Amino acid sequence: MPALLSLTVNGKAVSAEVDARTLLVDFLRNQLTLTGVHVGCDTAQCGACTVHVDGRAIKSCNVLALQVNGGAVVTIEGLAAADGTMHPMQTAFHECHGLQCGFCTPGMVMSALDLCERHPHADEATIRAELQGNLCRCTGYHNIVKAVQQGAAAMGSKEARHGGE
Amino acid sequence: MGANDKGVIGQRVLRKEDARFLTGTGQYTDDVTLPHQTHACFLRSPHAHAKIRGVDTAKAKAAPGVLGVYTSADLTGVNGLPCGWLITGTDGKPMNEPPHPVLAQGKVRHVGDAVAIVVADSLTQAKDAAELIDVDYEVLPAVVNVMDALKPGAPQLHAEAPGNRCYTWALGDKAAVDAAFAKAAHVTRIDIVNNRLIPNAIEPRAANASYSSADDAYTLYVTSQNPHVERLLMTAFVLGLPEHKVRVIAPDVGGGFGSKIYLYPEETAMVWASKRVRKPIKWVAERSESFLSDAHGRDHVTHAELALDKDGKFLALRVNTIANMGAYLSTFASCIPTILYATLLAGQYTTPAIHCEVTAVFTNTAPVDAYRGAGRPEATYVVERIVHQAAVEMGIAQDDLRRRNFIRTFPYQTPVALLYDIGGYDACLDEAMRMADVTGFAARRAESKKRGKLRGLGYASYIEACGLAPSNIAGALGARAGLFEAGEVRVHPTGSVSVFTGSHSHGQGHETTFAQVVAARLGMSVDNVDIVHGDTGRVPFGMGTYGSRSLSVGGTAIVKALDKIVAKGKKIAAHLLEAAETDIEFGDGKFTVAGTDRSKTFGEVALAAYVPHNYPLDKLEPGLDETAFYDPTNFTFPAGTHICEVEIDPETGVVKVERFSACDDFGNIINPMIVDGQVHGGLGQGIGQALLEGCVYDRESGQLLTGSYMDYAMPRADDLPSFDVATRVTPCTHNPLGAKGCGEAGAIGSPAALMNAVLDAMAPAGVTHFDMPASPHRVWSALQAAQKT
Repeated sequence: MPALLSLTVNGKAVSAEVDARTLLVDFLRNQLTLTGVHVGCDTAQCGACTVHVDGRAIKSCNVLALQVNGGAVVTIEGLAAADGTMHPMQTAFHECHGLQCGFCTPGMVMSALDLCERHPHADEATIRAELQGNLCRCTGYHNIVKAVQQGAAAMGSKEARHGGE
Repeated sequence: MGANDKGVIGQRVLRKEDARFLTGTGQYTDDVTLPHQTHACFLRSPHAHAKIRGVDTAKAKAAPGVLGVYTSADLTGVNGLPCGWLITGTDGKPMNEPPHPVLAQGKVRHVGDAVAIVVADSLTQAKDAAELIDVDYEVLPAVVNVMDALKPGAPQLHAEAPGNRCYTWALGDKAAVDAAFAKAAHVTRIDIVNNRLIPNAIEPRAANASYSSADDAYTLYVTSQNPHVERLLMTAFVLGLPEHKVRVIAPDVGGGFGSKIYLYPEETAMVWASKRVRKPIKWVAERSESFLSDAHGRDHVTHAELALDKDGKFLALRVNTIANMGAYLSTFASCIPTILYATLLAGQYTTPAIHCEVTAVFTNTAPVDAYRGAGRPEATYVVERIVHQAAVEMGIAQDDLRRRNFIRTFPYQTPVALLYDIGGYDACLDEAMRMADVTGFAARRAESKKRGKLRGLGYASYIEACGLAPSNIAGALGARAGLFEAGEVRVHPTGSVSVFTGSHSHGQGHETTFAQVVAARLGMSVDNVDIVHGDTGRVPFGMGTYGSRSLSVGGTAIVKALDKIVAKGKKIAAHLLEAAETDIEFGDGKFTVAGTDRSKTFGEVALAAYVPHNYPLDKLEPGLDETAFYDPTNFTFPAGTHICEVEIDPETGVVKVERFSACDDFGNIINPMIVDGQVHGGLGQGIGQALLEGCVYDRESGQLLTGSYMDYAMPRADDLPSFDVATRVTPCTHNPLGAKGCGEAGAIGSPAALMNAVLDAMAPAGVTHFDMPASPHRVWSALQAAQKT
């Protein structure tokens, strides 16, 4: 049964007809060709499909597209600035070698941003606990943890600068 | 970034490939969607072992959107999937090599065995239609455990493999070993199980196969670590297609760890079917399919005995291993528990006599093949567990016993066929002990004890044979293919460079490391060098990436091509500078007449090669594009020591890895950041094996009990510690880069180090025998059992 879906994706208004059973991840990948959103397990275990909906990280393989009707979705494609400058968290992953094959990376970055929102000064144990929902098979998580720490610090200092203006 | 030119080797150059992965613009196989795209679904066996009495596909074929439904009956003229390594048994006979049909023929032999492929316009249509296929199964008793499979009366998988035996194979001098045991002052004996693992690259296997009638040619996008090998095996051995009419592209690949080396049934059936439906066919494994059908790893049962003299010198090692092959022989399955296992049993030690016998067994489980380390983790686990046990039994300190037996003179011929060219084992042990603060361990253990906790320290001094492989040696050992690598360096008229390598990067960062090698040699920025890989349509040839071979073999092929570029450049420069070729020197990106300031830049020479107005056309072809094939003369031998410290809560059985220190010798290092990352990842997988992971099939029904992330414990961020890693360097003596390889070391050393730590921690509680994984329930049960005895 097709239904009309209206939402904002990476800041742009999107309207589309979707089959009622369409998963959010399939809508993003297949209809909007946002192929940075990955499917690693289909069962909300690996976190490769993590996107933000209304500011919260969610696993898009376990949400129907229609469930986020009217919402604001941000994917990995929506993080960099319009001029291509990477978000501080993306830069931190690059500088800390926090990615290898890149498949878990989009979900990892989206989860990292969410955790930094809730724990701006997270220590290593908190970061590791918060990343439980994202599997990485390449890095042993070592450099991901470092990247999140560096990214959080960069975001914090940016906020501090803005606050002082 | 300043990290260009001469200084680029050994520098922490940030990865060129990161930008696309961090912005969602990578292109993995599932991201490729072609015009008129159709979708495939595979009908898989729900039974571990059954006869197929009949398959009725009529309803499925009539279902909406269905373009084709095919079973083995349709695949006329299609051969089975080949095994790339022939093992000759102790009886002098070739291994039993039963057919490995693309789709099940007459019988299914493991849960998940593919029976039919359904192609439809949409994936849901394909799935719906697959449910309409009626397979008449006669369920047979199944056997999943190697010990069960060898028993008389066990269910038999293949008529071609009586007793479920693939081969019994041996290496080493049995008589010498027996003689050494007869005079030993002490003998240590262990029985160990190397637990079966499921690789679990986070990107599932996927393929997109299409056929073009315009040029009678096929294109296959596939999650492969070695697209040329995939093409060669598929065309020449299975489908009988002309090799030049099939292009295999392995685009961005989301991790491999061995599991994407092999030619699998799915993509083979899809290429075949693509000509029937005349539309591109896509398939992406669901994670449950990955669990059932990716080649698994390890699964050994081993008894080992070590003979020592009164001073703790190793006299002989005797090993008997039974290895699970699964239901069919996967591409490299037969060489993993033999050539890549028994040859490593000398470890870092001077053990003068070693004998190893291996029996490979078929069971009703997914095929077993190489998984990160492939045979070498299993060998290290045998050697380092028994050395640990011997040290305990003889009352000798762990480091001391190892030092008493280290090889210190190179080259060193082991009694198990390998010739170690170089190594420095004391240096890695020293540094690992320093990082691990071994001197402070006693105090930490006492402090843990006060809190009611058990603390342990474990060592593993591993060695691996990498850089696969000298083709002549591999051929003598049964390899059915060459193991060289190819590289092409194409200099463009403006002096920038594209490099085409047969190695494949699926996380290893070749686009950066290889660019550093080229940039350093040609005196240019890494930004002017692009590395192209993973496409048989663009890369001359390649054997792919596995066995930590990319830099030492693939990188060397590039170096050899660079040699040719520089040699030709000298000829061109000599002409331009009106000097003798022998007087031309190349360095810092310039061709210079020796002893003068007269020079031409690399870019000027490249331009002259493509705009040959002033050029020795009578003696030299225009253009600057060179290809080299490199076949190594020996294996490389990365080695190191890993030390693990754990704390166990006896109340819960939870093992916490308190610290993990690894000091490795990978030879020369091009990019230390990438090398450290490779070690971290390997440690994650090795610690995963020792602490959490374990593939379990039900012993009666043959059903996979660990078929999802809810049942198969993958290491998550909070299961692992941060790692302390360091390197020591003895450059490899037989390749120009002096590189040995770093991709597998972490997974090779860490399981033994962790388990030795767990055994050390549990020793005061009386536990002397324990197998992986050290999961809370298993640890708690072992402690409880020891208490009762």
